[in-house]
Amino acid sequence: MLPKFLKRAAVAALSLAASAQLAFAVDISGAGATFPYPIYAKWAEAYKKETGSSMNYQSIGSGGGIKQIKARTVTFGASDQPLKAEDLEAAGLTQWPQVIGGIVPVVNLDGVAPGDLTLNGDALAKIFLGEIKTWDDPAIKKLNPKAKLSSQAIAVAHRSDGSGTTFNFTNYLSKVSADWKTKVGENSAVEWPVGLGAKGNEGVANTVANTKGAIGYVEYAYAKQNKLTYVKLANKDGKVVAPTSESFQAAASNADWAKSPGFYQILTDEPGAKSWPITAATFILLPKQPQDAAAAAEALKFFGWAFAKGGKAAEELDYIPLPESVVALIKKSWAANVKGADGKPLAAAN
Amino acid sequence: MSDFALTGMQSGAAKTERARVLAKLSFHDAFFRRVTFSAAFTVLILLGGVILSLIEGSIPAIRAFGFGFLASQSWNPVTDNFGALPAVYGTVVTSSIAMLVAVPVGIGVAVFLTELCPHPLRRPIGMAIELLAGIPSIIYGIWGLFILAPFLQQHVQPALISIFAGAPGLSTLFAGPPYGIGMLTAGLILGVMVLPFIASISRDVFDTVPPVLKEAASGVGCTTWEVMRHVVLPYTKTGVIGGVMLGLGRALGETMAVTFVIGNAHKISGSLLAPGTTISATIANEFTEAVGDVYTSALVELGLILFIITFFVLAGARLLLLRIESKAGA
Repeated sequence: MLPKFLKRAAVAALSLAASAQLAFAVDISGAGATFPYPIYAKWAEAYKKETGSSMNYQSIGSGGGIKQIKARTVTFGASDQPLKAEDLEAAGLTQWPQVIGGIVPVVNLDGVAPGDLTLNGDALAKIFLGEIKTWDDPAIKKLNPKAKLSSQAIAVAHRSDGSGTTFNFTNYLSKVSADWKTKVGENSAVEWPVGLGAKGNEGVANTVANTKGAIGYVEYAYAKQNKLTYVKLANKDGKVVAPTSESFQAAASNADWAKSPGFYQILTDEPGAKSWPITAATFILLPKQPQDAAAAAEALKFFGWAFAKGGKAAEELDYIPLPESVVALIKKSWAANVKGADGKPLAAAN
Repeated sequence: MSDFALTGMQSGAAKTERARVLAKLSFHDAFFRRVTFSAAFTVLILLGGVILSLIEGSIPAIRAFGFGFLASQSWNPVTDNFGALPAVYGTVVTSSIAMLVAVPVGIGVAVFLTELCPHPLRRPIGMAIELLAGIPSIIYGIWGLFILAPFLQQHVQPALISIFAGAPGLSTLFAGPPYGIGMLTAGLILGVMVLPFIASISRDVFDTVPPVLKEAASGVGCTTWEVMRHVVLPYTKTGVIGGVMLGLGRALGETMAVTFVIGNAHKISGSLLAPGTTISATIANEFTEAVGDVYTSALVELGLILFIITFFVLAGARLLLLRIESKAGA
């Protein structure tokens, strides 16, 4: 965990230092979700080297990103929770997914290795509702006939801060459990029926790592870095899948992006035999008629460059690039939606 | 007086010269007075501004929930239904645990340092205590999460649960499961954090006791305990209470360390081992991502409540001191 953290800190420091020079290039500013911050910072650094234009991203949280772009204080906003088409219309914004990640349930159980335990949506919802209290509950045993499960109490860990991760996780539980939907619902923060709250992905990862009998949910990168015991999930097609790049990508490509206005598409509980059920996209928000057209055009250039050349960097940091077909749709939407004062599109559809 | 005595002997030129100097001096004095007055007045304006903006920010929540905000246990961002009771409860309970730990230990440390400690050890121990006060709270939080919480979970909490299992009252106070983090852990961390304030202030005021008083008491046959109990503590109680109140103020408002180890659950539980939350931890956790007017406003109103609690604690301390002083005078 530490070396990666240092690497990210170094990336951030470098991009800061770099942004001090070359003031003549068009600078872009962005603010929002914390989850994609490492990859945005890395892209910004590489982009700066190639073009001289710098991108300054403040990871203040999805809610903050939405507020800032609505107030037009930044060139673009970023959020893990997409805005609905009518909200986009009201705020004069356009939105698209930029990069994909997966949310993974993790556990701390003696004698259970990563991938040994399988859960389905219903069992997961009942655990987080506090209805399943011990690990040897019949519902868990039925899914895992071979695993050795004791009568240990389940300690549920969740995020204490508002978070796009929580939004996607509770959105999934709402889709698979009617009980969850009526009793708790979906949001970036909810009224948790049971459990401990921990701050940030790293807080949840730590709580699970330190607490025997714990279950929590984290971004895939945190599960991987902390070598936590991830859980396999049964997806919408009833197939049991492990959290991997392939299963996240499968969920992203199975989503029907073309038919969702404003790319409003939450990637949880997607159909497809290989789809990971709690996949999440993180979104970029841009004004349709930006006040600073030059900066907005530069932002589109930056994100186009990221789609074209940023895939490898994303994979190194455990993010999944969007499928080609989706990128083509996004570029079409740029040409159709983002216009300068003269009414001409700021980005060419290619 | 001298002005009057000298008037007759002075020439006109010297007189104006003297008036000029005096005017200059009085101008300096007036200037100095105004500067210090406005510095003092700024504090009042700032304080008033803070209160006003807190009240203004809380208006949507006050409209939505009224006094029910103080009594409601709900904290549901999905339905925009908020209540302050769990946060207030957590704040009061963790601060109480902190004071239970820190007051006896802090005063004990101070007594040891001033009365019993061998001279060569006084400076190093005193400096170590002050160093404890200088550690940033986030460090206490990380230490609590990584070292103290796992230790409590594995060794202390299971023992507490099994020892008090049969005892009425105590069995609910120490009911499992042992998570490691929770209100007890937060209270203990807070206790460690406020300990240096209480210890170093108590030590400083114990040092102000005139040696002749202590020597006289010892001379008539008092033991060290009796000297402390009947001479030093009565002489310094104002200062000691001041130190305790300073510690309590810090415990009430402490944020980062508590956020790490309290478990951040908006629930009131009879068990000290269960996760809870405090006012400041809730604000720190949720403010950045709070969307919607009522949600943000509910957090601001929590801030207002913390402000009021702290105000009453400090006002209560003043009243207590006044009563002690008037009794001592009678």
